[in-house]
Amino acid sequence: MNKLNFLSPDKNNLYAYLYSGISLFSLSILIVFLNSFFSLDLTSFLPGSISYFLPLIIGFIGLHLIRIEYSGIKFLDIVNKNINTNKFNALLSLLIIFAVIKSLPPLLSWFIIDANFAGDSKDACSGSGACWAYIKTWFNRFMYGMYPNAEQWRINLSFIALAFLGGVGFFATEKFKKYLTLYYVVVYPVIAFLFIFFFISGGPIFFDFSYGIIAAVISIIIGFFIPSKFKMYYFLIIPITIYILLKYVFFYEELIELGKIQAFEWVETGAWGGLSLTFIVSFFCLIFCFPVGLFLSLGRRSDLPIIKYISIGFIEFWRGVPLITVLFMSSVMFPMFLPEDMFIDKLVRVIIAISLFEAAYVAEVIRGGLQALPRGQYDAAKSLGMGYWKMHIFVILPQALKLVIPGIANTFLALVKDTPLIFVVGLLEIVGMLNLAKTNPEWLGFAMEGYVFASIVFFIICYAMSKYSYNLEQKYKTER
Amino acid sequence: MNFKKIFPQLLTLVVVILVFGFFSYNAQVNMENRGITFGYGFLSQESSFDVQFSLIEYDGSHSYFRAYLVGLLNTILVSVIGIVFATIIGVVVGIARLSSNYLIERTAAIYVEFFRNIPLLLQIFFWYFAALRALPLPEKAEPMFGVFFLTIKGFFIPAFIWNNLDIFIYSVIAAIIAIFFVRAYAKKKQENQGAQTPVLLISIGLLIILPLLSFLLGGVDASIEIPVIEQLSKTSFTYKGGLKLPPELISLALALSLYTATFIAECVRAGVQGVSKGQKEAAASIGLTPNQVLKLVVMPQALRIIIPPTTNQYLNLTKNSSLAAAIAYPDLVLVFAGTALMQTGRAIEIVSITMLTYLTLSITISIFMNWYNKKIAIKEK
Repeated sequence: MNKLNFLSPDKNNLYAYLYSGISLFSLSILIVFLNSFFSLDLTSFLPGSISYFLPLIIGFIGLHLIRIEYSGIKFLDIVNKNINTNKFNALLSLLIIFAVIKSLPPLLSWFIIDANFAGDSKDACSGSGACWAYIKTWFNRFMYGMYPNAEQWRINLSFIALAFLGGVGFFATEKFKKYLTLYYVVVYPVIAFLFIFFFISGGPIFFDFSYGIIAAVISIIIGFFIPSKFKMYYFLIIPITIYILLKYVFFYEELIELGKIQAFEWVETGAWGGLSLTFIVSFFCLIFCFPVGLFLSLGRRSDLPIIKYISIGFIEFWRGVPLITVLFMSSVMFPMFLPEDMFIDKLVRVIIAISLFEAAYVAEVIRGGLQALPRGQYDAAKSLGMGYWKMHIFVILPQALKLVIPGIANTFLALVKDTPLIFVVGLLEIVGMLNLAKTNPEWLGFAMEGYVFASIVFFIICYAMSKYSYNLEQKYKTER
Repeated sequence: MNFKKIFPQLLTLVVVILVFGFFSYNAQVNMENRGITFGYGFLSQESSFDVQFSLIEYDGSHSYFRAYLVGLLNTILVSVIGIVFATIIGVVVGIARLSSNYLIERTAAIYVEFFRNIPLLLQIFFWYFAALRALPLPEKAEPMFGVFFLTIKGFFIPAFIWNNLDIFIYSVIAAIIAIFFVRAYAKKKQENQGAQTPVLLISIGLLIILPLLSFLLGGVDASIEIPVIEQLSKTSFTYKGGLKLPPELISLALALSLYTATFIAECVRAGVQGVSKGQKEAAASIGLTPNQVLKLVVMPQALRIIIPPTTNQYLNLTKNSSLAAAIAYPDLVLVFAGTALMQTGRAIEIVSITMLTYLTLSITISIFMNWYNKKIAIKEK
């Protein structure tokens, strides 16, 4: 039985089918390749539409000929199983391969071959490709916004320090592991705030909150000597008392004088911008929205009706409106709600608005995790005599939060992707800076390069975040 | 009732009342100082600004309320277009993600990873300022199929000129109602006798025949108006006749649907994967054909998982359409919270109306969704 039947290839004449199939398939790819890379038309002798579809037809026949099940050749089986299971799949595979080959040359030439890398003015970009010189010239602005060039080391220093301090968790030894949560929830945000306030913004050394820090330190030191029975009441009352005493009774004059000393040039938040602003806004919103969302989710599941309904109302309100109207509210409506002489910085208002907005989403995600826990967990904790807070801190939340890692990561990703919206209040982070650069009369017509650049930057950030969350999810996965 | 339960509630209530009281007191003082009185009377005043693109008749002589309606309709228009395309792309990509073909699965995965990790605002800017700006001028545009003109000034498409449009719409509505009856009848018949009725064929037939009858009997008449190029001045050309889709609308709808489609695709994938393998095997073992397995066993269960998150995505799309303000597509936020607010200076009233509109929209949809979820949830004994 050595008759060749080209309609139904079988194993008997394996090599005959294989060679003819592979040669037809390669021929079709060669035709498309030559056509797209060297604009050489091998099939120009044929009439128009046949010549156009010829590679597809040849390739289709070729794939049909090599579609032989259990051929015994490992490579062929893998190919058949993955891209060539039936006629429809073969056609789709061919179309995708051809589309990739067709689109490579224009993309390559735009991105690299015809692109201009050198130069610092528009005249340098004469080629038909991308003008990366534009990105190079404006790179500083895209990263730091209108922040004065001479002072940019302050941003760099702060970010490097914060990244280093943020990475402490990875190197902590077993002994300090249990303090990590405290560190990340309380200490690290305060350090970050101090860095941003003193270095990036250049605030006066002794500002109002320094009383707060002194009060906190003093009360913590005294707190060690208070019996644990009264500790909660102590920490509710004493720090505020010390703060008031410090500010209005003891050191009033002296500290005010100290407060006027300024180590660095003050850079107002309107001048911040670029990617560094994206990081600052998303960093603080991430830190604030999580605890707020946590309390909201607990409030929504509370037995106490007033707390429950206030939480529901709050969550549903923020989830029901678009972020852009929230930002509108924070910029045009919120100042109406404050006393005449009180002014809150634009950036602070934006951070509060985005944090509250995202907190509602975080709350819903955490609620999902709380609901997914079986009732037995609550009952078991209660039967051990745990109170509400003990039960939640030691039993419920560790399990619930583990379950919702992907959801929280998605919310955080959404937050990072929402930061460009702050253009509404006139703060220009990287996308805002792009739009500013685009309208510069000396650099007209390079919108595409800018957006491609920003897309790549955001893609790297967000993709890294989603991969990291996936790793976390795998790490904390426990069999239930 | 004990102290431990009442105290935290009272504390919360007092804090909330204090905050609200503080805000409203300041608002009153501030408005008094600026000589503004709170009220919604301005809605009936003449607006005296123009809107580029509107579905209903509108110009500067109409009221602010009319401007609000124009914005709202534009928001709904772009949301509906976005939802339709996002669903189509999302379902196709979601199914492609499940394909056994490696190339197709990878292509779909790359699309999803790429488009969902780039901020929507950036995508809107990209389409509007970069991609659509590369289109030809009206006089140089090549017609697609002879009647569509994609130019830098917008997408010009032929328009239908209708006679007795209302009768046609009634016939379509009648067809849809008839389809519901057919489905109910088929379900009853299957429950009683186990016999299947070709519902899909009958539905398609109804959808074609009834409107066709309206053409033949109801005096409905449609002619097509093809856009024709017209010279405005020496260098400026445009198209007259037909429908014009402004570039703002196109780029917004494009970005919204491509972005939301990635999330819908993931919902679809999760839904189909969520149906346990045993279900398919059980269905196959009682002799159902692969098509029947898909239609009668997999899809009903997958839809139960797919629909709730997908509705959420529709809601997100509608809320995200407010980004229109960034490229000057006249939606609710731009027309009302932008232009109207600038003109009247009534920040509190206008921002609150805008937020309430979106709030009403999303709460309505979520109430409907909760009802629907309860209806389709598996009834456990």
